[in-house]
Amino acid sequence: MQALLDNLDPLLRALGTTVTITLVAGVAALVLGTLVTIARVSPVPVLRGAAFCYVQFFVNVPLLALLLLAVFALPDAGLIMPLTTTAVVVLAVYEAAYVAEAVRSGVNTIPPGQLEAARALGLRLPQILRLVVVPQALRAVVQPLGNVMIALVMNSALAATVGVVELTSAVNKVNLVEAQPIPIFAGAGLVYMAIALAIGLAAGRIEKKVAIAR
Amino acid sequence: MSATSPVTPMVSMRGVDKHFGALHVLRGIDLEVAPREVVVVVGPSGSGKSTLCRTINRLEVVDAGEIRVDGEPLPAEGAALARLRADVGMVFQQFNLFGHRTVLDNVAMAPVAVRRTPKKEAGERGMALLERVGIADKAHRHPAELSGGQQQRAAIARALAMQPKVMLFDEPTSALDPEMVGEVLDVMTGLAAEGMTMVVVTHEMGFARRVADRVVFMDAGQVVEQAPPAEFFDATRSERARAFLASVLQH
Repeated sequence: MQALLDNLDPLLRALGTTVTITLVAGVAALVLGTLVTIARVSPVPVLRGAAFCYVQFFVNVPLLALLLLAVFALPDAGLIMPLTTTAVVVLAVYEAAYVAEAVRSGVNTIPPGQLEAARALGLRLPQILRLVVVPQALRAVVQPLGNVMIALVMNSALAATVGVVELTSAVNKVNLVEAQPIPIFAGAGLVYMAIALAIGLAAGRIEKKVAIAR
Repeated sequence: MSATSPVTPMVSMRGVDKHFGALHVLRGIDLEVAPREVVVVVGPSGSGKSTLCRTINRLEVVDAGEIRVDGEPLPAEGAALARLRADVGMVFQQFNLFGHRTVLDNVAMAPVAVRRTPKKEAGERGMALLERVGIADKAHRHPAELSGGQQQRAAIARALAMQPKVMLFDEPTSALDPEMVGEVLDVMTGLAAEGMTMVVVTHEMGFARRVADRVVFMDAGQVVEQAPPAEFFDATRSERARAFLASVLQH
């Protein structure tokens, strides 16, 4: 316990990094994943195919492999970004695939008659997506999206392996000095649990609030 | 055309054919609906009457033939089709209200999005329409909180909000409990009295008799007979229409 308190400053800073990575990558993943879903349900075959390939690729490649690839291969290809930025981008595009799958299942809950009604009113496809499809699809998948966000928090720990000093990396460093693995890692674990719990509770709240009565 | 009829028909169908796979659902349909006319389409299940209704705003695409609305041929998919659909109101059997929006939002959404009506004005006009169909007190409820009859009246208000030139009703009372059929038919009767051009697919023979200017009887994808209601019901010409009327009117 004392080991944690002695190093509170760097640990809190690292926690801040974890939270920042999660927030930025989470919002980006929600936006990107929704766009992928829109492509996936669009009437344009090329977009549908591209979205399908996107989801298949990121669901079937380990996140660690993607992180290593981005950190070591992208600079080779001339694209140099700060480590944390790289990690955020990789996490966002990776989780976006899971967001897309969740949102797609939400799209499937919308009665097809509503889409006909929207077309009959003279709405164009982008308006139908914005006004009818996306809001209802998202409302239907709040809880699954919460789970994707929880997975994102846990996955952000992998950024430690490529040198980002987030929570896991920081406690690891503290342990190298203090050599008290049980309190140090258990403490970090409790923090992750608390974040996951907060996301789960928030998702439950939001779901209740936006649920569509049928 | 203009030589035979002095006014442009609101809806005109010429030689319309449509297949669902091997099923020939519309066979050489010729039909004209004059402005302010109320045409009620009746016929047995599977006769193609719903499909006919849905081809008029291209929710179903025809295989052959020509459909014109207010003189304009139906455009292919795209902006022009959306513009045409904005002028053609449609009411569905299953209401199809947007579940995540309040009743008033359902009514005001399309005028704002399609007609660029200012939100406030669309809201006021929406309230007036809800008043007219008798559910102003439900304006801020969600569709699922309404009865079937109320939902269908909201759906009618939603279609009217676009100030359509013609209204299509695709079996508007078929999904309703019997005690709610009347309230929806009352709204439709009022619309007809105000001079709205209407194509109504229905099984409500009383409505057809009272409100229609012309009854169109369909069977097996064809228009078998069309006549003013008095003539259709009391001096039915075709054997098939007689058999149909006998089976629906005997109860």
